[in-house]
Amino acid sequence: MILINCPYCGEREQSEFSNGGEAHVARPKNPEALSDKDWGQYVFYRSNPKGIFYERWVHTHGCRKWFNAVRDTSTDTFLKIYRLDDNRPDISEFKSTLKSPSGEPSVGSGNFAVKK
Amino acid sequence: MRKKYSFLSLIKNAFTNNENWEKMWESPDPKKGYDVIIVGGGGHGLGTAYYLAKEHGIKNIAVIEKGWLGGGNTGRNTTIIRSNYLWNESAHLYDHSVKLWENLSEELNFNMMFSQRGVMNLAHNEHDIKEMKRRISANRLNGLDTQWLDTKQIEELVPIMNTKNLRYPVLGAAFQPRGGVARHDAVAWGYALRSNEMGVDIIQNCEVKDIKTDNYKVEGVNTSKGFIKANKVAVVASGHTSVLAQTAGVRLPLQSRPLQALVSEPIKPVINTVVMSNAVHAYVSQSDKGELVIGAGTDGYNSFTQRGGYDVIEETVRAIVELYPIFGKMKMLRQWGGIVDICPDASPIISKCEVKGLYFNCGWGTGGFKATPGSANVFAHTVANDQPHKINEAFNLERFSDGRLIDEHGAAAVAH
Repeated sequence: MILINCPYCGEREQSEFSNGGEAHVARPKNPEALSDKDWGQYVFYRSNPKGIFYERWVHTHGCRKWFNAVRDTSTDTFLKIYRLDDNRPDISEFKSTLKSPSGEPSVGSGNFAVKK
Repeated sequence: MRKKYSFLSLIKNAFTNNENWEKMWESPDPKKGYDVIIVGGGGHGLGTAYYLAKEHGIKNIAVIEKGWLGGGNTGRNTTIIRSNYLWNESAHLYDHSVKLWENLSEELNFNMMFSQRGVMNLAHNEHDIKEMKRRISANRLNGLDTQWLDTKQIEELVPIMNTKNLRYPVLGAAFQPRGGVARHDAVAWGYALRSNEMGVDIIQNCEVKDIKTDNYKVEGVNTSKGFIKANKVAVVASGHTSVLAQTAGVRLPLQSRPLQALVSEPIKPVINTVVMSNAVHAYVSQSDKGELVIGAGTDGYNSFTQRGGYDVIEETVRAIVELYPIFGKMKMLRQWGGIVDICPDASPIISKCEVKGLYFNCGWGTGGFKATPGSANVFAHTVANDQPHKINEAFNLERFSDGRLIDEHGAAAVAH
């Protein structure tokens, strides 16, 4: 179970929140000038990193306010939670612990990334 | 030499305490280079190697697996097999697979324990009924055996189900008798065994760290055992596909999320078909060991943690207990998660890309197991000929810019 620290209500259970996907995806300013390929990129393509991920959350069963978060998707650790009107924190602020694309030890597989 | 398994070999090995079974496949060190490298040793990847060797005469192949064979989503799913998808493209692809499943045990001489016990999709409201009847009609036009069952027929097939006295009563169901379940490990092992016999190298405990390309042409892969050259690289790494694609500079429209399943303690046979319900999100079947195999949903956020949130299980178990009051006091034995790669239209991508010699078979989301043989078969064709098979033509990457999506959210069962 993950706890999320809502910037308006404080720490609550993850099931109170809904995820809004990747954060900081701006709608293109000139859609009529875009090629189908570029428009498709905006509509369907989102980054999907294993590691540091900027994302949006909304406190659906609470204050119903949106906010942004930086989370390590390999461990589900929240690295930073910030309001929509805050600046995007620089990626150099955060340290990814992943040593390889899978982020797992050299032999074996499984849930090693989350074992502490 | 083709290894044969039979009743006699079972008896013979029983006398020596099952200690003298031959190794099923070799574990060689990787060669310097291969014609084709397949990244991912699950059912889809090993199957691709098998069909490349068998149908396309390409035998200089390596399957590279990070962990052990079938240890990813091949070993983490609820083993449901069906083909009752709405659109023609999907119906053809998934039914191609069901047809291959039907002969797979004989073809590989390895018991897939494929049991066509039928798959039932329950309708709980007026919208479900309309959507399912539409899907049944579409299925029948594609020659699939889906049919409508009313509540009485459902009760005859599954007497333990509570159809009336619950919040969302059971109003009917779409039923595909040719659907069923199979043994998940067997499909990976069977393909590994037979492709290894044809000369395919199976390299386990070897992680592909990145895909090396030069001027939009693939050169090979960097692995934890060094660089391996390849003319073609086929990536079938489910949840981690987009991570690997990124190392080659390719962007894929995938989102990785944990999908959970759980099994109960074993009980005597009580349910002899597979019952799925999208609306209340409960699906259940009973394994040959007697455990109830229960599929839960995906978490609502991207994650690579292979565990999943507890509230997701709670929701599923709540629905199961209401639908089958008899299961109310059962204990669950195990729970696990797998990382599924979800596509915006809930259909897979079996395609080449802008990098020459690089192929992807991904985006199976929450339902890739059923498609294992069919997907492997058409993917092998795509890799061998550098162009798609007729069946997977529509499952290309271009559909995310030209808009020819294959929207299967209704048929994909687990909410994407």
